[in-house]
Amino acid sequence: MSILIENVEKHFGTYQALDNINLEVKDGSLIALLGPSGSGKSTLLRVIAGLESADSGRIYIDGEHATNLDVRRRNIGFVFQHYALFKHLTIRQNIAFGLEIRKSPKNETKARVEELLDLVQLQGLGDRYPSQLSGGQRQRVALARALAVKPQVLLLDEPFGALDAKVRKELRSWLRRLHDEFHVTSVFVTHDQEEAMEVADDIVIMNQGRIEQIGSPAAVYDNPSSSFVMSFIGPVNVLSRNTKLFKDGHANGGDLFIRPHDIEVLTNENGTAIPATVDRVIHLGWEVQVELLLEDRQLLTAHFGREKFDALNLQPGQSVFVKPKFTKVFGDSLAEPVAEPVAEPVA
Amino acid sequence: MATNLELSARLAQAPQRKTPALWQRVSLPWTITVTYLLIMLVLPITALFGKALTVSPAEFWRIATSDIALSAYDVTFFTSLAAGLINGVMGTLVAWVLVRYKFPGRKIVDAAVDLPFALPTAVAGLVLATVYRETGWIGQFFAPFGIKIAFTRLGVLIAMIFISFPFIVRTLQPVLQEMEKEAEEASWSLGATQVQTFFKVILPPLIPAILTGVALGFSRAVGEYGSVILISSSIPFKDLIAPVLVFQRLEAYDYGGATVIGTVLLLISLAMLFVINALQQWGRRYA
Repeated sequence: MSILIENVEKHFGTYQALDNINLEVKDGSLIALLGPSGSGKSTLLRVIAGLESADSGRIYIDGEHATNLDVRRRNIGFVFQHYALFKHLTIRQNIAFGLEIRKSPKNETKARVEELLDLVQLQGLGDRYPSQLSGGQRQRVALARALAVKPQVLLLDEPFGALDAKVRKELRSWLRRLHDEFHVTSVFVTHDQEEAMEVADDIVIMNQGRIEQIGSPAAVYDNPSSSFVMSFIGPVNVLSRNTKLFKDGHANGGDLFIRPHDIEVLTNENGTAIPATVDRVIHLGWEVQVELLLEDRQLLTAHFGREKFDALNLQPGQSVFVKPKFTKVFGDSLAEPVAEPVAEPVA
Repeated sequence: MATNLELSARLAQAPQRKTPALWQRVSLPWTITVTYLLIMLVLPITALFGKALTVSPAEFWRIATSDIALSAYDVTFFTSLAAGLINGVMGTLVAWVLVRYKFPGRKIVDAAVDLPFALPTAVAGLVLATVYRETGWIGQFFAPFGIKIAFTRLGVLIAMIFISFPFIVRTLQPVLQEMEKEAEEASWSLGATQVQTFFKVILPPLIPAILTGVALGFSRAVGEYGSVILISSSIPFKDLIAPVLVFQRLEAYDYGGATVIGTVLLLISLAMLFVINALQQWGRRYA
């Protein structure tokens, strides 16, 4: 079922949590609300759920005006970061909760619960209590509980946030496969850009209560609409306008943004290339991160594949020449760098 | 792995160390705990039993089951249980309001909850007797309906409720504070009303803490003496509680009788605490 959000605003006291939000979630799609903490992404999700009310604006779920509808009547499934399972109920009773509230016949409830235990691969654990399960299993129970009532919309608030890295990876690819099978319109909140890119059809990037950009993972990565988006999605070098790299005509723009993998390093000068010194070489497995010091002391991080690096065979202290393959300049200036170039392989 | 195996093989061959003597094995905290409990708890109770055993079994049974004693147990235990249960409900409500509601003066109310602990029980009894007597502030509203509170069993109940009230609030508050709001939100999102959410999601995890509070309050009420003696008329078969009966026996130099009733009180209390403990265990089965 589609979700339509029109001009939604929300304040907490004097703090503006949501600023004129307009968003359409197509029927059967899976989208991510991505942003740093305090960007309003969780508030927006809670407003869609009806757990918070919007100060102004309208929300439609499946074409139906839902702005003032109680959370109970919105027919949504909500999954919380910390699972929020009912500790005093067994896994089966947790999953059956919504069905029992709806007074669905006993045998139907029983069948549906077994079906969901199968779906979340927890057969045989139905009579345990939540405290006896691992984090990943608990979150699957939470998902089964939300799905049991066949919600029109599934809303997930940082669903993998409390899990360790390995389980998180497993669970998110599992969630994606689950969605491909059932096509429940889903919105999930995350601050992890890699997670958003891996799972979502479309990413909504939020910052300071506003939507910065909406687009497919590839689109927002390749064509970021603002310096914020470019810095938030993927590693990036931010160089001040005074650098020598600006020789190619961007001198009057804002800061210069270069992805670490868009930097070419040459061992001999070749026309437009800029001199630099290799500062550090960091091996990250199949990828190598090279930190280069420009003549004006600005640091530039470059990523190479192993083969390319071995061919160059760079050593710390070595003098080289740098040639950016692709740079971007935004009209807006970035008050502070949002993301430092990180020693982390690019997804 | 190989080194581990070698190591364990070598350990197995090593001569078995002699088990250290008992005094070497016991730790200091353990020793202090046992000594302390012995002096503070076990010895006094043993003394009570010892004194009670000086009475012959037939005599023990006669005193323990005399009509006046049976009536005193009845007043003591049923009134205490009623006080515990009433506090269980009202204390839960008060704890809920103190944790979940923000209102001016909340901190003062919160601090005032402990007053029954700090107030000398005789003062409490005096104040309650004054307020609940037929011409008192509260008693006057009940008098026209023929309901007497002070100097009846009802008065005993009021005193017991008053002195054991803080237990349930104080046991429940930390549990309520830790309770995650998200479980309630999950319940709403699954279609449950506020009332359904309260009875299906909020209340069940609170039951162990409520039972603990009720048990503590009940034990306190069973042992209460100071306030009850002032608000009750201490007339046998009417509102005479067992602790007062014990005291009356002592005043009559009937030490045997006093210890027999004291022993029975102790045994019934112990049995009830075991039952409540078992209930708590059951309430915590999912933790």
